[in-house]
Amino acid sequence: MRGAKSATWVAGAIVVALGATACGGGSSSSSAEAGVVRANWGDPQNPLEPANTNEVLGGKVLDMIFSNLKRYDPKTGEAKNASAESIESKDQQNFTIKVKKGLKFSNGEPVTAQSFVDAWNYGALSTNTQKNSYFFADIEGYDKVAPAEGKPTAKTLSGLKVVDDHTFTVKLNQKLSTWPVRLGYNAFAPLPKMFFDKHDEYLAKPVGNGPYAVESYDKGKQMKLVPNKNFTGENKPQNKGVLLKVYTDSNAAYADLQSGNLDVNDDIPAEQIKNAKSDLKGNYLSQPAGIMQAVTFPLYKAEWNKDGMEKVRKGLSMAIDRKAITDKVYNGTRTPATDLTSPVLGDANGYSKDVCGDTCTYNPAEAKKLIAEGGGIPGGKMTISYNADKDSHKQWVDAVCNSINNVVGDDKACVGNPVGTFGDFRNQITKGEMAMPFRAGWQMDYPQIENFLTPLYATGGASNDAKFSDPKFDELLKQAGAEADTKKATDLYKQAEKVVLDKVVSIPLWYQNGTAGWSEKVSDVHINAFSLPVFTDIKVKS
Amino acid sequence: MGRYVIRRLLQMVPVFIGTTFLIFVMVYALGDPVAAMFGDRTPDPATAAQIRESLHLNDPLWSQYLQYMAGIFQGDFGTAFNGTPVAELMGSAFPNTVKLTLVAFAIEVVVGVGLGVVAGLRRGRFVDTGVLVFTLLVISIPTFVTGYLLQYFVGVKLGWAAPAVSVDVRLDELILPGIVLAGVSLAYVARLTRTSIAENIRSDYIRTATAKGLPRRRVVGVHLLRNSLIPVITFLGTDIGALMGGAIVTERIFNIQGVGYQLYQGILRQNSPTVVGFVTILVVVFLAANLIVDLLYAVLDPRIRYA
Repeated sequence: MRGAKSATWVAGAIVVALGATACGGGSSSSSAEAGVVRANWGDPQNPLEPANTNEVLGGKVLDMIFSNLKRYDPKTGEAKNASAESIESKDQQNFTIKVKKGLKFSNGEPVTAQSFVDAWNYGALSTNTQKNSYFFADIEGYDKVAPAEGKPTAKTLSGLKVVDDHTFTVKLNQKLSTWPVRLGYNAFAPLPKMFFDKHDEYLAKPVGNGPYAVESYDKGKQMKLVPNKNFTGENKPQNKGVLLKVYTDSNAAYADLQSGNLDVNDDIPAEQIKNAKSDLKGNYLSQPAGIMQAVTFPLYKAEWNKDGMEKVRKGLSMAIDRKAITDKVYNGTRTPATDLTSPVLGDANGYSKDVCGDTCTYNPAEAKKLIAEGGGIPGGKMTISYNADKDSHKQWVDAVCNSINNVVGDDKACVGNPVGTFGDFRNQITKGEMAMPFRAGWQMDYPQIENFLTPLYATGGASNDAKFSDPKFDELLKQAGAEADTKKATDLYKQAEKVVLDKVVSIPLWYQNGTAGWSEKVSDVHINAFSLPVFTDIKVKS
Repeated sequence: MGRYVIRRLLQMVPVFIGTTFLIFVMVYALGDPVAAMFGDRTPDPATAAQIRESLHLNDPLWSQYLQYMAGIFQGDFGTAFNGTPVAELMGSAFPNTVKLTLVAFAIEVVVGVGLGVVAGLRRGRFVDTGVLVFTLLVISIPTFVTGYLLQYFVGVKLGWAAPAVSVDVRLDELILPGIVLAGVSLAYVARLTRTSIAENIRSDYIRTATAKGLPRRRVVGVHLLRNSLIPVITFLGTDIGALMGGAIVTERIFNIQGVGYQLYQGILRQNSPTVVGFVTILVVVFLAANLIVDLLYAVLDPRIRYA
């Protein structure tokens, strides 16, 4: 009987072990449906709340399911009225916004002025921990709902007032003529009542007023979107829906694209870029997006800020062979920078092909001379810090350092300094602990030069990592903000940009391109300034 | 025997607490996760402060750990940063990994033991050498290489199977990843079985059984196999844990949203509840598999008794 008894215990232990591991899980089918675009996706980092989504994966969905007051033209980047009937201001500080009549959310609720005001108040209140809350910082009363220290003393922004069902007014802290341009950003999306009343239900299946509506959302696996029947805007979907599939790895998505199980892939793995054009039979595109890469100097350290260092900083910038690095390291998926913004802005919104001038032009002889004149690299050695955990920054940092070393004729003058995690890297920067230059990236929120200047270089700016401060620059920003004429305002911003470039606060390196590959089943694939595919335009061949 | 099992189950408690604490400390040591949530932008101080408070990041480490453990005993494994409860992530991830592990395990047992028996019975012959060379080849190539190669040739070039597994995670889609995952272990199993069989086939009890006039099928199937498989089963038992851990690489290659994917995301986003929760479950699986192996000894080898 011994054997039998042991067997019982073994069986018992197996049951315990299985109990510990086995859990039920639902699943749903994903076979190709006629007219539906299958696109790659990843698990968004945050819940799909508009004011809480600050990365592209969540942004991809919000872009499809929300129609904001403004919409950026996918080709020109121009901000046009979408849900807004009109946005007017007499003094560049008080704005009157009229919402189009008859708009509805995908669940049938009407879109009113209240939908916007409630959403913005929710996004601004610090206890709601929305990561885009700073977008409301220019509205009067922000310091009450999100004080830097302690609990909020108000629940709503005093600068927002509902006039009637379709009109509301906004009062800003100061004059800011280009403020309406940012209203196309997802943080300013309207929210239905159910977002507040049945929040869990919203998170399980977000509801918006955009061209698409969420049909089903299997978290971490896939999301199915269908055209929103209540949508009346211009950009109506040209397909029968979009299936966003979560991929664990960009190589898996690329393999699926090649074998026809995926239609649109905007995340081509870096090592495949070289072959993508031939692999995909030409169904591939790469164009600049609103992402700017640079190396920033810690101007809070005296050795980088003393007299003569402008020359060294300028020399270092001229020592970098941008063209060679973007070609060799990136296979052309980066475009050498010529200003501090991005080509997607176009001339109208502040992009310039030459404002950086010789500072951004490779000139080894002049670079060497300038560095020597300015007193040389502080201490004779410098490092460029970067985070080593993602996006393989090591390659380009090494290439940049190599370029500098060749110019100064010392192969140890510049070396890369990897920081283990992105979090640690950002912490060192925000706490002002960087003693040496560091990598900086800026992904624009809205296509306007102001977004590339104020946060990064204004005195006390939210992301002014160099701790740069210049009264002339600040004054120009103020003048531009008060200027009613958009064109004149943009010119003033360009002048301000010149101030930053003359001081070489950071070395502009290159603009990051958006890339996309698509299958033979679909056509009319474009990417917008945010490097997202314009899903509404995509047509599926039958 | 009953006492033994209970004692072993009780021993799991300190191991469980120890591992959760160690992993918690390690994720904690990665630093403040809040700055990374805002990308290249400096966090708004008010919002960052509120997030830190809601995640209890301002409390000392021991207090954070106690709050986390208190949650676990109430069935609350915490929340990932995207607002999904970790328990829900586990519910969707573990079945996929378990499926993949079982497919790989089945391949490993059937093919590995089969090859081993054939090679062991025909020691020194052509088949034996063939198996030896084959296993050497498999062991020396890293999993991700076989993974990407098979994915490209079988999935993309030949189109015999989808290169990426769909959300349904059907069993037939798991055969290719299963082969990749089982590969290395399969080679070890084949070699272990071969040696064991080759050794036991010349032992006294086999000669006795053959002399008794038992049919060869019974001699090999019952007497020889039962004794020769003891070391193999030890290996297989510990290998279940290794397979679930190794699945991390295979899952990423073949797009299986399992434990590996969630762990990877958890580490990248420095979300301690996700990492600690998933690793803890892996540890429990490992412990349970070891217990089952020890108990199986008693079934296979009557000389072993647990008091």
